[in-house]
Amino acid sequence: MNQKFEHLQAAHCENGVTTALLNHYGISKLTEPLVFGMGSGLFYIQLPFLKVNGGPAISFRTMPGMIFKRTCVSLGIPVTRKKFSSPQKAMQALDERLLQGKPTACQVGVFYLSYFPKEYRFHFNAHNLIVIDKKEDDYYISDPIMEDIVTLSSYEMQRVRFAKGVYAPRGQMYFPGDQLTNPTDEQMARAIIKGIKLNCRDMLHIPGSFAGCKGIAYTGRNIKKWKSKLGDEKARSYLAQLVRMQEEIGTGGGGFRFIYGAFLQQAHQYVPIDELLALSKEFTNAGDQWRNAAIQASGIYKGRLNSQADYNDMGDRLIEISAMEKESFTKLKAAVKKYKPI
Amino acid sequence: MKKEEIPQDESALKNFTKEVTYVVNDDGTYTTGKSTGWRVKAEALDIAWDDVNKKIQLAKEKIEKGEASPILYFMESKIMDIGILAAYTGFWKWTVKRHLNPKVFKNLSEKKLQKYADLFEISLQELKHPSL
Repeated sequence: MNQKFEHLQAAHCENGVTTALLNHYGISKLTEPLVFGMGSGLFYIQLPFLKVNGGPAISFRTMPGMIFKRTCVSLGIPVTRKKFSSPQKAMQALDERLLQGKPTACQVGVFYLSYFPKEYRFHFNAHNLIVIDKKEDDYYISDPIMEDIVTLSSYEMQRVRFAKGVYAPRGQMYFPGDQLTNPTDEQMARAIIKGIKLNCRDMLHIPGSFAGCKGIAYTGRNIKKWKSKLGDEKARSYLAQLVRMQEEIGTGGGGFRFIYGAFLQQAHQYVPIDELLALSKEFTNAGDQWRNAAIQASGIYKGRLNSQADYNDMGDRLIEISAMEKESFTKLKAAVKKYKPI
Repeated sequence: MKKEEIPQDESALKNFTKEVTYVVNDDGTYTTGKSTGWRVKAEALDIAWDDVNKKIQLAKEKIEKGEASPILYFMESKIMDIGILAAYTGFWKWTVKRHLNPKVFKNLSEKKLQKYADLFEISLQELKHPSL
């Protein structure tokens, strides 16, 4: 096994993969929160008309692959990403990288991921992991969700790389350049500012009513109609799905606020504007409110609460969170705008 | 969330992993801690599985009434839908839909049936005559 690779357990898979992979190739200044912030990872969208597993299609993250890409681009790191139509070629390309001793990230589906608990194995195809070595038929894998290195047989590896359905990975593998040098503090500051600005844009100014901060309120207004529109049983399933998306394996949307809070604290070391520290607290508060909303939702889907007033309460919580986050992002935007890097 | 507030409830993660959680120290700085799971989350996951099991039950009933082919049962058991089935087997979606019809299913070639059997990891015999 590749002894030099340092496994990193993280709250979110793509953050973890990006951080550990870049660390391995020579960039030690990055942490999970910094990567999340530079990659503008915080997002919200409820796609109208679309259903996932028969429930609302809600996502708390940016498009898969964007965190890695944005972080690398902002720091001037070359990126290679390959998709394959032939599984044989995809496995060959990965094996060649491993033979050279080069750990490589893959996008995979979790349904056939044998080391995951069965209860979590839905057809979710935007999971990320790092393949660090191959011995005989076993691939050694650093999966940010797991505490230690795990293995997959070559059959299993091929299967997860060619999982089908939404976001089908099509054998995707990606990696940065080989010998990277640590960015200067100035480069770090610039990448942080760029990430913040993009995240502010995504949360504040994305067009349409169902994405960004507005999208959270959109879901909130929707929830109030669920009981009468869908009936008790379906409305409960919908709420459970919201919480599952919010708190999926690893960290979902609620936890993302805490990572963002951590990001703003760490960002302050490179971008010394004191507003960042105050705003970090606001995001912590938002994360706590998301968790409280999840508790309210669980009261409904477990059947302890079941009146229209309970649904209204749940909807209002999201509408409040929406307003809170809008205010925080507006302040954040103003704070970075006036900052002039030295 | 503070470090001492990290939920340590029993969940499906038991014996597999623990989750990394970002939390705030007493002095306000961020750190990480690990969680064995959170009740609220575990219950949401239970609901999702209840829904899956209901769909499987419904599929069984439909097959027994002759309203659907056994493919429906195995599809629901693997939490798939017509789109996923089409993507894995290489059939068009409308073809898969036709195969869900028991009359069409009865006349399917072994070769076509084998594609489904491989995907569901069962024998042809089981596909044709599932023990429901």
